[in-house]
Amino acid sequence: MLDIKNLHVSLEEEDKQILKGLNLTLEPGKVHAIMGPNGSGKSTLSYVLSGKDGYEVTDGSATLEGQDLLDLEPEERAAAGLFLAFQYPVEIPGVGNMTFLRTAVNAQRKIRGEEEMSAGDFLKAVREKAKSLKIDADMLKRPVNVGFSGGEKKRNEILQMAMLEPKMCILDETDSGLDVDAMKLVAQGVNALRGGDRTFLVITHYQRLLDHIKPDVVHIMADGKIIKSGGPELALEVENNGYADLLAEVA
Amino acid sequence: MVFAPKATHKSKAKMDLTAALLEHVPTFEGAGWADKARAAARARLADMGLPLGRDEYWKYTNPTVFTDFDPKFESEIPASAIFDSADAVTITIANGAIVGDMPKLDGVEIHSLATAAAADIHWVQDTFGVLEAAGQVNVERPLAALTTVLAGDGVLINVTADVTQPIRIVTSTDGGQANLHHVVKVAAGAGITVLEEGAAGARASTNLEVVVEDGGRFDHVRVFPAINGRDLSSHIFARVGADATFRSFTLTPDGSMTRNEAVIDITGDAATAHIAGACLGDGAVHHDDTVFITHDAVDCESRQVFKKVLRNGATGVFQGKILVKEGAQKTDGYQISQSLLLDDDSQFLAKPELEIYADDVACSHGSTSGAIDDDALFYLRSRGVPHGTAVDLLTLSFLAEAVDEIADDDVQQVVLTHLEALLQARHG
Repeated sequence: MLDIKNLHVSLEEEDKQILKGLNLTLEPGKVHAIMGPNGSGKSTLSYVLSGKDGYEVTDGSATLEGQDLLDLEPEERAAAGLFLAFQYPVEIPGVGNMTFLRTAVNAQRKIRGEEEMSAGDFLKAVREKAKSLKIDADMLKRPVNVGFSGGEKKRNEILQMAMLEPKMCILDETDSGLDVDAMKLVAQGVNALRGGDRTFLVITHYQRLLDHIKPDVVHIMADGKIIKSGGPELALEVENNGYADLLAEVA
Repeated sequence: MVFAPKATHKSKAKMDLTAALLEHVPTFEGAGWADKARAAARARLADMGLPLGRDEYWKYTNPTVFTDFDPKFESEIPASAIFDSADAVTITIANGAIVGDMPKLDGVEIHSLATAAAADIHWVQDTFGVLEAAGQVNVERPLAALTTVLAGDGVLINVTADVTQPIRIVTSTDGGQANLHHVVKVAAGAGITVLEEGAAGARASTNLEVVVEDGGRFDHVRVFPAINGRDLSSHIFARVGADATFRSFTLTPDGSMTRNEAVIDITGDAATAHIAGACLGDGAVHHDDTVFITHDAVDCESRQVFKKVLRNGATGVFQGKILVKEGAQKTDGYQISQSLLLDDDSQFLAKPELEIYADDVACSHGSTSGAIDDDALFYLRSRGVPHGTAVDLLTLSFLAEAVDEIADDDVQQVVLTHLEALLQARHG
């Protein structure tokens, strides 16, 4: 699904290299987790893949089902099936959550040359998906993320994911700022979307989220590279021993 | 407390310009109220003199487009259909004159200024030109006096019941200059919504005098045409009584020159006055909102909300003042003026002012200029919203606080839909 080869990325403004030859292959339908200490480049990876300004790719490639992602505008990447659940979802005053969702759904369909979703079908789909995420009518009416609690913002991200039905979902520290109940709710939302070829890349600091979203593969990232990959037991190892042992192993 | 009138310097250039103009302006010698009011306004204008760029009140906006003898544009501006869906009674004005008969509306008396002046209809005589004259006390507004002198027509509305159906005024022009003078009197406990769309002339000057008596309601929503070849000067003079509500919103898309002045005197306790404006400026566009709100009563609320979206060299101006007179305790005054600069070529000039002579008041004001928020833009694009649409959404989001000032949800929706269409049209 997602193929990252020898990816080198610098910050445009500081000339500082963040990703230093990252390789990652995600098979369709699998859930991969990336763990790593602060500053290892996890969030940079998610931003570079989704097309945020301010990063310069100096070497390497990233493809989604063979399509070069790095050449596309952010909206084209989204239409190609990429979705990033933000660590810090942005508040947009004055734009209603529903308006935003419908604009996004139909914009993607337009880019893909598909027909727009009718107002009725859209409403039905939103209500159904919002209900399972315990998102009430008021949250749908309010401006995007404005006045939402941390948990509400993350649930809203998952609602967008559910509506946009992406092939490749990146979750950037979706567990940050969530209490246990909120995390379970979010994880349920994600698990409900698992199936078929839909592929997940779950970026997290802690093993806890992976109790609820069970990964197939766990990668440890440090200093801009994947330093170790393994099964779910790797996440437990980190939880018990921290990163120090793993880092020492590679050094 | 005495407020010294801030008279402009009567330079020779100013008075010569004024004298030259007045040579072309008739002297009104009739005995009717209209002629008397026009003669008085003519005398005011002769004393004040026309505005010059060096006058403090014109420091950001060059008044010569309004004082030149020949209008710059001859653009035809056809009647628009923005409020077609608003279920309003419509008054049509073409080339500065009312067309056809006045509509009938229960609880409302409507006349044309031309007819009322000829027939000597009296209810309007204590308002026509009177609020304009009063509005000259703190700041001289010679263009308003000139409009009182020159306007041969306009709509005179006397409201004696709380009317839900709006009155809509549609103006259009084949080109050239036009002047209009409207008067609205809202009796105690009565209410009306007035919708305006169009431009009276390629160069147009409009006065609107509004008296809202105790417990009355006046809602005003105005949309100017998105045509660059036009120069508009408008003045609103309002007097708001106890427990009364005055709300006015103006959408100004483009237009070479627009100067919207509003002078609102809150004279009764527990009254509300809101004035708001949204502007889309693209290219050689100059858009100026100049507002003066006087609180002269207890426990009143005023809001000024002005938002301007500027690009490709457009200039936005805001001069807004809140004057709280001695004894006007518990005043709640709010003023915000903001610009969204979509490129580096545009500018926003703001002069917010507070002058407060009471000690138990809450007045806040803010003025900002900013660009599109990159994080919000990326967030929208990451969801598949194309760059242009994302900028439009964020632009609407920026304007929302001003558009929200429109009290009627249906009218608000009409304005929003129109705004969306205007933004869409900019994508070419």
